[in-house]
Order: sequence, then structure tokens, then C-alpha cells
Amino acid sequence: MDFASLWTNYIWPLGVIVVQSVVLLVALLIFIAYILLADRKIWAAVQMRRGPNVVGPWGLLQSFADLLKFVLKEPVIPSGANKGVFLLAPLVTCVLALSAWAVIPLTKGWSIADINVGVLYLFAISSLMVYGVIMAGWASNSKYPFLAALRSAAQMVSYEVSIGFVIITVLMCAGSLNLTKVVEAQNGPYGLFQWYWLPLLPMFVVFFVSALAETNRPPFDLVEAESELVAGFMVEYSSTPYLLFMLGEYVAIMTMCALATIMFLGGWLPPFPVVPFTWVPGVIWFVLKLSFMFFLFAMAKAIVPRYRYDQLMRLGWKVFLPISLIMVVAVASVLYFTGLAPQ
Amino acid sequence: MNFSAVFFYLFSAVMLGSAFMVIASRNPVHSVLFLILTFVNAAGLFVLAGAEFLALILIVVYVGAVAVLFLFVVMMLDVDFAELRQGFLQYLPAGVIVGLIFLVELLLVVGAWVAGPGIANAVKAPIPPVAQVTNTQAIGRVLYTTYVHYFELAGIVLLVAMIGAIVLTLQHRKNVQRQNISAQNARSKKTALEIRKVRPGQGI
Repeated sequence: MDFASLWTNYIWPLGVIVVQSVVLLVALLIFIAYILLADRKIWAAVQMRRGPNVVGPWGLLQSFADLLKFVLKEPVIPSGANKGVFLLAPLVTCVLALSAWAVIPLTKGWSIADINVGVLYLFAISSLMVYGVIMAGWASNSKYPFLAALRSAAQMVSYEVSIGFVIITVLMCAGSLNLTKVVEAQNGPYGLFQWYWLPLLPMFVVFFVSALAETNRPPFDLVEAESELVAGFMVEYSSTPYLLFMLGEYVAIMTMCALATIMFLGGWLPPFPVVPFTWVPGVIWFVLKLSFMFFLFAMAKAIVPRYRYDQLMRLGWKVFLPISLIMVVAVASVLYFTGLAPQ
Repeated sequence: MNFSAVFFYLFSAVMLGSAFMVIASRNPVHSVLFLILTFVNAAGLFVLAGAEFLALILIVVYVGAVAVLFLFVVMMLDVDFAELRQGFLQYLPAGVIVGLIFLVELLLVVGAWVAGPGIANAVKAPIPPVAQVTNTQAIGRVLYTTYVHYFELAGIVLLVAMIGAIVLTLQHRKNVQRQNISAQNARSKKTALEIRKVRPGQGI
């Protein structure tokens, strides 16, 4: 193979992918910085506080000040900790969370890798997220983190089951594992009433609650419950490793919001397929829907009190699992007998 | 120069190395972590072979669920490994025999010896070309049409194993208080609340 074909087949595409990835990463991180601020502002507004309002106008630069603070502080590694695994855990969390964004289509054709099994890839990534927590909890060699690790292992594995069934129903309706095709299957003359949130409303609710549990968001933040476990698996972490955990957590939340947007809210599609809406570029609709999903996450955090651990397990296994199983059978029957199933 | 060959050797080398570390590392938690690395690299090999569905199922099932439970158990067990290592020589012959049998079997599979030369032609469903059907669809068609009975049989075996595990571990303890959600939700204002006027100095 000569250099010319090597250039056209490998080096040039690699360079394009690297540039795309860096652009996406920077955009995502800036978006996350404001999502973090929005989370605190919404929480504050619900409790009739002002929230962060000192750094920058209306506190808009708060997240960047936090970033500087975390990065400049001294990382402390406990002497009893298993050093390698202790430092690997935040890296695993952060890298896994960011790598999920490789397959998410921001608008038609705007994904770094448009793979055939995109939904399954996101599911696999979210099922791997538990390792960051378990490794951190074990490697800290301390009681509270260890308890948090045990809790999270059970919690995240339990709610993955119902998320899996929700994904299966959506895939049955869309007829593809490709995220772009899932969105396009929701395209139609009725606009937002044709997105899957309406026909699959129970599954949307199950997915939303399971996503809260999967990302350890309140009311299911038993993994880091401050009233019982201080900060759970993050007790022993400080400075940059802690920052990586926080970042990974919020990126994972955004990934779940993006998955919900793609599967239930029609991805980049405009709410009504008529003229003023179709002028707006798809990526803006996508970001708006993403922000709406995150607003729901933030409101759930502000409004709902924390679940007890046995209630959490009961909800996962005795409520969501039967509901999602029945819905899988029901949706499959409807699709089969009405002939609506995609070919 | 073929880049997929480079990745094949990379994945294989990391996989073999981490598989070796699974049995060589002293700490059982490290062993499980190396096992996870082995699984992930095996998934990489699947992707190289064009079987992306199998690759991701391997990650979801083995890494996302099975290995989590391994890690869960290994973390909870307080195993004294110095004690375990004392019996090493005692169990060595049995281990060597099992390993040898396994090695011979592997060599037979990899080598030229074939049990039934005609068996490759007797496959009921031919493998469809990759360009026409995604491998998710191809596996689904074969699994739910041609081999549906074997598939259901496997499901029943798993169901029996699950019921067995539940029966073995289920205990009915009498003195444990449990939350009865439906009874809680069935409480109304009438059954739960009683309003009385209390006069000063008299009490109820």
C-alpha cells in the first residue's frame, strides 16, 4: 500500500474524526458547565433561594470557578487505599460517560459514529458505569464508600433490567438499533403526537424513573446519600479525581437525557412539520429537548424525597419489571396483529 | 499493511495478557478487574470479525451484569489468600489433569481433525451476506425461527435454575416487620385519622 491510499483510507478520516470529537467534547463540556449551574439554580428556585449568583453575571461563571478550584487543590490519596484502582475509578467513570457521546446523533448525520447497534452501545456503556462506583468504593478501603459500592452494584444492575425492556419496546416500534433510524421512525405528519412518548407513555415514565436510578440521581441517590453515607463512594476523593466523578455523573445524566430525547421525543425533529418550525436547524430542537429532559431531572431532585433502600429495590423488581414485561408483550402483539410492525 | 490486523494483534495480546493476570494476580479483586479487561478485548475481537451485536451483548451481559456480581461477591468475601495457597501443591495434580484435557481438546478443535466432515453443509439456515442483513437481524431470524425450540429449552433451563436459587435462599422469618405498600395505600382519612376536641386542662 502506498502513501496516497494510506492517506485517503486511514490518516485523513482519522484526522476528521479527531477534529469532530474534539469539537463535540468542548461543546459538550461547556454545555455540562451550564447544566450544572442550571441544576443548582432550579434547585434553589424551588426552595426559594437565589442559588449561585456571585461569580460572573447571575452566577454564570460559577461552574468554571468550581473547575479551577478543584483542579488547583491537592489530591489526597488515603494511605490504606489501593492506589492504582483508586485513581483508575474516576477515570473509568469519566471516560465511559464521554465515550457514549460518540454515537449520539445531534441532528441528521451529525454523529461521530453512526453504528448499526447504537442503542445497544449506549446501553452497554450505561451498564459499565457501575464499575466506577464499585472500584472507587472498594479501593478507598473505608466503610462508607464500601457500603455505597455494595448499594450501587445492586441498584444499577436492578434498574438496567427495566431500561433494557423499555429499549426493546422502542426498538420493536422503530425496527432498528440504529439511533438515526429510531428518530426517523418517529417522523410523520402529526409532529410531536407521533413521537413515541405518546403511544408508549407508560414506558416513557418507566424509562425516566429508571434513568434517575441508573444515574444515581435523587430521589435514588442512595449511593451517595449524605444523611447516611456522608458522600458514599466519593468520601475519600478530593480535587481532580472528585471533579472527574462529578463530570462523569453529569455527562451520564446528559447521555440518559439524550437517549430519552432520541427514543421518545423525536430527536432532532421539529414538534410540528410545518414551515416556521422546519426552518430551525435540528440541532437546536435536539438541545431544547435535551434541556427539557434535564429540567425534569432537576425538578425530580428538588421535589421528591429520597427513597429508602428496600423501597428502591421493590420499585425496581416488583413494579417496573412486571410493567415493562407486560408492555413488551402488549406492544409486540399490537404490532403483530395490526400489521404496524416495521419490515 | 492492514490496520485491522494491527488491532487484531493488539486486542489478542491484551486479552491473553489480562487472562494470564486473572490467575496470576494476588488480589482477587484485581483478578476480576483483569477478567473484565479480557471480556472487553474479546468484544473488540468480535467487532473486528463484523459481529458488532455479539460484541455489545458480550459487554452488556458478561461485563455489565455477570462480572458485577463476581466483583460484588469477591469484595464481600473476606478470603485469606495465604491460607488458600497452602493447599496449592495438594490440588496441583488435579489442576494439571484438567488443564491437559482442556489443552488436548482445544488442539483438536483448532487442528485439522474434524468430527463430522459433512456437518458444515448440514446447517439449516445459511449465513446471509453482511451487506444485506445486519447481524442483529440475522441472529434474530436464526434464533427465533430455525432454532426456536432450542432457544426456548435454554430459557426453561435458566428459569429452573432461577427458581432453584430462589427456593434455596428464601427464608420466611416470622419476627421481621415488612412494609405492606398496598395496606398503606389503602388507608384513608377515615381509618387513619381521628379528630377530637380537647378541652384545656382535661386531656383526652
